Amino acid sequence: MEVLLAIVIGTLYTGGLYLMMRRNLIQLIIGLGLLSHGANLLIFTAGGLRQGGAPILAEGEKMFATVPADPLPQALILTAIVISFAVTAFALVLFLRTYQAVGTDDVDELKETDT
Amino acid sequence: MFTLLITCFFAAVLAPWVHRRVPKYAGALLALVPAAVFAWLIRQLPMVAHGHSVEQSFQWVEGLGLEFALRLDGLGLLFALLISGIGTLIIFYTQGYFKGHPQQGRFLMYTIAFMASMLGVVLANHLLVLFIFWELTSFTSYLLIGFNHEDEAARSAALQAMLVTVLGGLFLLAGMILMAQATGTWKLSEIVQRGAELQAHPHYLPILILICIGAFTKSAQFPFHFWLPNAMHAPTPASAYLHSSTMVKAGIYLLARLHPALGGTGEWGAILTTIGVATFLIGALMAIGQSVLKRLLAYSTVSALGAMVMLLGIGTSGAIQAMAAFVLAHALYKATLFMVAGGITHETGETSVDRLGGLRKAMPFSFTCAMLAGLSMGGVMPFFGFVAKEVWLHALGDYPLLLLATVAVGATYVLVGITVGWKPFAGQRPDGLHAHAVPISMRIGPLVLGLGSLFLAFFAGWIGHAIVEPAAAAIAAKDLEVHLHLWAGFNKYLLMGIGTVAIGLALYRTRPVLLKTGARLAGFARFGPDAAYRLILSSVLKFAAWQTRLLQTGTLRHYIRYAVLTTTALVAAAFIRAGGFQGLENLSPISTRIALVAVLMIAAAIFTVHSNSRLRSILSMGLVGYGMAMLFTFFGAPDLAMTQLVIETLTVILLALAFSHLPPFRHGSSMRTRGTDLAIAVGGGVVVMLLVLAALDVQTPTAVSDYYLEHSYKYAHGRNVVNVILVDFRALDTLGEITVLTIAALGASALLKLRQGKQEDKS
Amino acid sequence: MTSLILRTATRYMFPPLLVFSVYLLLRGHHYPGGGFVGGLFAGSAFTLYALAFNVESARKLLRFDPRDITAVGLAVALASGIPALFSGYAFMTGTWWKVPIRPGVVIDVGSPLIFDIGVYLVVLGVLLTLVFSLGEEE
Repeated sequence: MEVLLAIVIGTLYTGGLYLMMRRNLIQLIIGLGLLSHGANLLIFTAGGLRQGGAPILAEGEKMFATVPADPLPQALILTAIVISFAVTAFALVLFLRTYQAVGTDDVDELKETDT
Repeated sequence: MFTLLITCFFAAVLAPWVHRRVPKYAGALLALVPAAVFAWLIRQLPMVAHGHSVEQSFQWVEGLGLEFALRLDGLGLLFALLISGIGTLIIFYTQGYFKGHPQQGRFLMYTIAFMASMLGVVLANHLLVLFIFWELTSFTSYLLIGFNHEDEAARSAALQAMLVTVLGGLFLLAGMILMAQATGTWKLSEIVQRGAELQAHPHYLPILILICIGAFTKSAQFPFHFWLPNAMHAPTPASAYLHSSTMVKAGIYLLARLHPALGGTGEWGAILTTIGVATFLIGALMAIGQSVLKRLLAYSTVSALGAMVMLLGIGTSGAIQAMAAFVLAHALYKATLFMVAGGITHETGETSVDRLGGLRKAMPFSFTCAMLAGLSMGGVMPFFGFVAKEVWLHALGDYPLLLLATVAVGATYVLVGITVGWKPFAGQRPDGLHAHAVPISMRIGPLVLGLGSLFLAFFAGWIGHAIVEPAAAAIAAKDLEVHLHLWAGFNKYLLMGIGTVAIGLALYRTRPVLLKTGARLAGFARFGPDAAYRLILSSVLKFAAWQTRLLQTGTLRHYIRYAVLTTTALVAAAFIRAGGFQGLENLSPISTRIALVAVLMIAAAIFTVHSNSRLRSILSMGLVGYGMAMLFTFFGAPDLAMTQLVIETLTVILLALAFSHLPPFRHGSSMRTRGTDLAIAVGGGVVVMLLVLAALDVQTPTAVSDYYLEHSYKYAHGRNVVNVILVDFRALDTLGEITVLTIAALGASALLKLRQGKQEDKS
Repeated sequence: MTSLILRTATRYMFPPLLVFSVYLLLRGHHYPGGGFVGGLFAGSAFTLYALAFNVESARKLLRFDPRDITAVGLAVALASGIPALFSGYAFMTGTWWKVPIRPGVVIDVGSPLIFDIGVYLVVLGVLLTLVFSLGEEE
C-alpha cells in the first residue's frame, strides 16, 4: 500500500514540476496545484497510515479503545489545504494582472523587469 | 567604564551637530571627551600599579551566557592611555587640519567612534564583546581611509583594508569560539588562567593559528602588511591615530593579552618570531626606498609592529618589558611624525620628501617637534626611544642574530627619523615652494607628544614602575620588576646603540643610491602580496559575473529548473550518505478500493500534464483532488476529506472564472526542452518517492499525538481531536494561518482593484 | 453561464447549505466539521448563488463586504484568546463557561467555540473576496 502511495506522490511531484517549467502561466498554476496535492499526501503518508478509525471519541467514552489515526498530520494538512487554496487564488490573480499589464502569458517573454 | 564607552559613542553621534553649531571650535570642544577619559584613567593609575584591576559587567543576553564584561588592568591601561591621550590631541589637531572643510563633522564622528571602539577592544573582558569592538574598529577604519570618497584610489584602499582585516576577523572569531570551547569560558580573565589546560588541548595549534591570523591581519604583519601603506590615503590625522599608534596595535594587544593562555610554547615562539622578524626586516627594507612622507612612515610602522610581535614571540620577561616600553615610545614619536608630516603637506601641498627643503625658517615649530620625534625614533640620548631601545637590546642579549637584525633595522629608523625630521627643514628651499607656519591647533599635538618623548626619558624610572611594569606583569601573568634607566652605564648595548646611529647617519649620506635601488626593487611588487590580493579580488568579481550570466538568465523557467535540480541533488546526496535504501518492512496490504483510487489519481495526473485544453487540464486536476479526498476517507480523516472536496470544487470554479480573461495554451516548447524538463521533473519525483519509502522505516515519535489523543476530551471538552488541535491546543498557529489567508485575499483584491482604478484614470 | 435549472436549484439549495454550514461549525468540536469546513460551505453557497445569478446579487444577498467579514472574523478569533488572560493563563488558553439556556438545562460554551466562529468568518470572507473580485473582473 505504502509503495503504491509513494508512486502516486512521485507522479504528482513529477507532473507538478514539469508543468511549472512550461511557458504558459496557467500551466504554472496547475503545476502548483498538483505539487501541493503531492506535498499534502507526502505528509499524510509519512505520518503513518492507519486504517483504524478517525481520531474522534465516540459518544459516552472518555478514552480511545483502539489507537485511531494520528490527528497531528491531519491538523497540519487541513490548514495546508486551505492555505494552498489561498496561494493558488493569489497566484491566479497575480498572473491575470501580469497578463493584462504585459500583454503576454508566455513566461519566456517576462524577462525584462521594466515592462 | 561602561559609562565612558557610552559617552564616547554618544559624542561621536553628536559630532556633526557640534560642528554645525560651533564650526570653529568643534575639535577643541569634542576633545574634552577623550580628555575626560584620560583623566579618569590617570586616576586609576595608582590602583592598577599595585596590581589591582577594575571590573564591571552586566548580563547582556542571559540565555546565551553573553555578558557585557569590561576589565581594566595594567595592559589595558597602557593602551587605553595611549588611545585617549593621543585621541585628545588628534581631535584637537583635526580642527586645524580640516579648517573650513564642510565634512569636518563627519570626520570627527568617525574618529570619535573609532576611539570608542578601540577603547572597547582594550577594555573588553569577554571574547565576543572584544570581537564586536574589534570589527567596529575595522569598520570605522574603512570609513576613515575612504573619507575622500570621490578619490577612486582612496575607495579601493579602504576596501582593501576592510577586506583584509575583516577576513582576519573571521579567522579570529573561529579561533575565539574554539578557545571558548576548549576552556569552557568566554571571559578573558578566566581564559588567561587556564593556559596549561589550553595548551594541552588537542585544538591548541588550530586556535593559535586562527588567533594569529586575526592579529596579523590587523597589525599588518607579513604577508598581510600591504594594506597599511595603502591606507595612507586616509586624511593624515586618521593615519597618525589609527594607522600608526592605535588600531594597528590591536593585534599586538590581543597577542599580548592572550600570551599567558597561548604563549610560552615552541609553536608560539616559532610562529610569532618568524613572522615578526620577517615583517620587521621587510618593513625596514621597503621604507628605505620611499620618498613619499607618509609611505615612508607607514613602512617604518610595519617594521615596528613586526618588532613587537617578535618580542612577544621571544616571550622572556625582558622581551615583554621591552615590548611594553616600545609600544609607548613608538606611539609617541610616530604620531608626532605623522602630525608634522600632515602639517608640512597641509601648508606646502607637497608629499614627497625629495621636493622639500629649507622649511626651518618658515615652520620653526614643526621643525622642533619633528626633530624631537625623529631623534626619539633614532634612539638617541636622551629620548624615550633610546630608553626603550636599551631595554630591547638587553632583552635580545642571548640572540646574536636578532641583535644584528635590530642594529640594522635600528639604523633604518635613524634614516627615517632624519629623512622626516631633518631633511624637509634643512638646506635650500626649492623654488616655488611656499610655506607658512601651521595654526595653533596643529601645534599642540606634535608639541605635547614630541616633548613627551623627551620628558618621559627623564622620568624613565617612574614610567617604568607605574605604567610599563603593570602592563608587562599582565602580559607575563606574573609579578616582575621593571627598571627603566636613562643611563644604564657604559656597556656593550650602549655601544650598539651608538653604532646604530652611526650606521643610520651613513645610510642617510648614501640616500640617493638607496632610492635608485628602491625604485629598481619596486618592480618586484607585482609578485608581492598586494598583487596577489588584486588578482584574487578581480577573480572573485569575474567569477561572480560569470555565474550570474550563467544562472540568472531572467527566465522564470530556468530558475525553477535550478531550484529543482539543486534540491534533488542535495536530497539525493543526503539519502545516499544516510545509507540509501534499507528495504521495506511493515507494509500494509493493498486493498482493491485504494488501488483503484491510486490508479485513477495517477491517470488523472498524467492527463492533467498531457492535455492541450485548459478546461480538461483543470478538471482532471480536480479529479486528482477528489482522489485525495477519498484517500483521506479511507485512512480515518473525515475532516480532511470534507475540506478537500469543497476546496477542490472551489479551485476549479476560480480557475474557470479566471480563464475567461486568459488566452488558451499556445506557447509550446521545443521537443528538446520538454525532454530536459521531463527528465528533471522525473528526477525530482523519484527522489521524493524514495524519500517517502525511506520515511516509513523511521519510527515517528508519537508522544505529541498521544498527548493530544489523551487530553483532548479531558482538558478541552472536545471529541474531535483534529478540531481541538486546531482551535485549542494550537490555536495560536491557526490564528497565524487565518491571518495569512486574510493577507492573501486582501492582496488579490487589491491587485484587481488597482487595475480597475487605472482604467478609470485612462477613460 | 446562467441557466434556469441552475437558478431554480440554487434558490432551493441556498438556505439548507447555509444552515448546514452553521451546523458543521457548531458540531465541529465533537464530530467531523469545524470552522474551516463550515466557512467553506457557507462560501460555496454564495459562490453558487453568484454563478447562478450574478456577483452583484450575491453581494446584495450577503449584505456585508466580504472583506469586512474577514476583518470581523479575525477580530473575533483574536478576542477569544483574551478571557484566559483575566484568569491568569497564557493567551488563548481554552476557557469554559456554563451557560443556562432555560431552567434546568446548562450547556458548556468555551472560548474555542468563539475562536472557531472567527475562523468560520475569516474563511467565508476570504473565499468570497476572491470569488467576487475574480467574478467582477471585466
